[in-house]
Amino acid sequence: MDKQPLAQLTKISSQVRRDILRMVHAVQSGHPGASLGCTEFFVALYFNQMKHDSNFNMNGAGEDLFFLSNGHISPVWYSVLARSGYFPAEELKTFRKLNSRLQGHPATEENLPGIRIASGSLGQGLSAAIGAAQAKKIDKDDSTVYVLMGDGEQQEGQVWEACMYAAHHKVDNLIATIDFNRQQIDGPTKDVMDLKDLKAKWEAFGWEVIETFKGNDMEAVLEGLEKAKSLTGKGKPVLNLLHTEMGYGVDFMVGTHKWHGIAPSDEQLENALGQLEETLGDY
Amino acid sequence: MDKTLDLKYTYTEKKDTRSGFGDGLLEAGRKNPNVVGLCADLIGSLKMGAFQKEFPERFFQVGIAEANMIGLAAGMTIGGKIPFTGTFANFSTGRVYDQIRQSVAYSDKNVKICASHAGLTLGEDGATHQILEDVGMMKMLPHMTVINPCDYNQTKAATMAIAEFEGPVYLRFGRPSWPIFTPADQKFEIGKAWHMIEGTDVTIFATGHLVWEAVVAEAMLREEGISAEVINIHTIKPLDEAAIIASVKKTGCAVSAEEHQLNGGLGDSIAQTLIRNNPAPLEYVGVNDSFGESGTPTELLEKYGLNAENIVKAAKKAIARK
Repeated sequence: MDKQPLAQLTKISSQVRRDILRMVHAVQSGHPGASLGCTEFFVALYFNQMKHDSNFNMNGAGEDLFFLSNGHISPVWYSVLARSGYFPAEELKTFRKLNSRLQGHPATEENLPGIRIASGSLGQGLSAAIGAAQAKKIDKDDSTVYVLMGDGEQQEGQVWEACMYAAHHKVDNLIATIDFNRQQIDGPTKDVMDLKDLKAKWEAFGWEVIETFKGNDMEAVLEGLEKAKSLTGKGKPVLNLLHTEMGYGVDFMVGTHKWHGIAPSDEQLENALGQLEETLGDY
Repeated sequence: MDKTLDLKYTYTEKKDTRSGFGDGLLEAGRKNPNVVGLCADLIGSLKMGAFQKEFPERFFQVGIAEANMIGLAAGMTIGGKIPFTGTFANFSTGRVYDQIRQSVAYSDKNVKICASHAGLTLGEDGATHQILEDVGMMKMLPHMTVINPCDYNQTKAATMAIAEFEGPVYLRFGRPSWPIFTPADQKFEIGKAWHMIEGTDVTIFATGHLVWEAVVAEAMLREEGISAEVINIHTIKPLDEAAIIASVKKTGCAVSAEEHQLNGGLGDSIAQTLIRNNPAPLEYVGVNDSFGESGTPTELLEKYGLNAENIVKAAKKAIARK
């Protein structure tokens, strides 16, 4: 896919947010909060940053790969995959329904193009991404592997096993991003299990860490990803601490954990869609 | 006691099955450049040192971090690699069950989970390490193939065979020095039971180290005029149901023998097959809902009722129930 310019990326983001809300509303389940919060990041990756082929091939030789570790934000991923041509946008209608390829959490079992490993049980995606990055190194494939994790997910021990490993093995073709929205199901992360200084922690483990403070500003997101890319290939894995707001784009959803995993009512959907321009045509 | 029996299979050498894994991995690595090895700080115990030395760029020391190892392996398959993970059976399964379930089994990744020190026969380390539930956990997972070879040669052959097989595999082997009684040049067919000894009165279905105990038991039963058939079930899943049904149709009763809990083991799989297709008396030899303890392999097999004498008793009981 050709790199889309900033104005177009902003337009796509608005449509992706509409898709997320309509998908979750239709089945009255799913996770809209962090899906909305990570929309700019996904759109920037798939429509600008990554070298990828929507004619899907599992091994992805010569392609940049993306892994979603916090699989519950599947709505944003499904929308972006559909809108970038992996499968028809029409299929978003089947999200979380019986016999769908769009499972509640991403899976390979139904062969949905774009998904390379199942996720949902937290803490596992970084390990898989590191493995894929090392396979690329063996094959002398100089593409980049991306992975997104949640901030609450940093409470899982496996994340730190993987963190330690990637630095030790100099997996420098890897850009991990943490969706740093400071919210998790039971409330703010500082109340549930304080993450303290994530930047210092990852740096102490031997990673190159950058921060993207405006994770819902497309220009800032692009700038952060470009900077992260420029730091690859220098002997260290790269972490992008992406500050986002859960529920961004919908005034009554923004900034609270309450919309982590609940669906809008008919009225709330109408209100929300009124705030988001239909730019690519609803499915 | 073995020496005085007229055994159908004999041995001149003993060796640990984990060495069969190490040697098989080296050969698989030589045949296929996509074979990679991962180990969680147990290279010596898993006998992966030769592979590491010959293919340093295809070997990954993971440290004591088994969950990460399973995830790394799953990720490496995405680049077309064939990862073999190595650690003790307890840390290969129970410790990382969710990682295997989601990243390997549900995602149908071509990962070979290679597990040493399974069962009671790891001996002196005791119950923390003597996993007796691993086969049950692994066979319950959709997409997973479960293999438990019986000696050095069969473990080596199995290791090479799974490298050529597409899909997740759990390969279980052990620590102790054990008789090498199967041929070095055997062809290992995944999912195909091996009729080692023909018989007419009772079938003994055995897996892993207990196949040797079954061979000894057959000779003991023969001395008493009982004809036992011995079938080596090296692949617990998929189970060779046709071979099981055909044998029990002939003999009319059976014994299962395994170094595993009765709950969830090979015996349960055989019982399910027989109940559905050809109900017949079945006696179980295995660990009866308890943890193990420290001791020598021989002492443990005796105390927990897993040796040849126990198989003989179970066979007689099965025959009496016909």
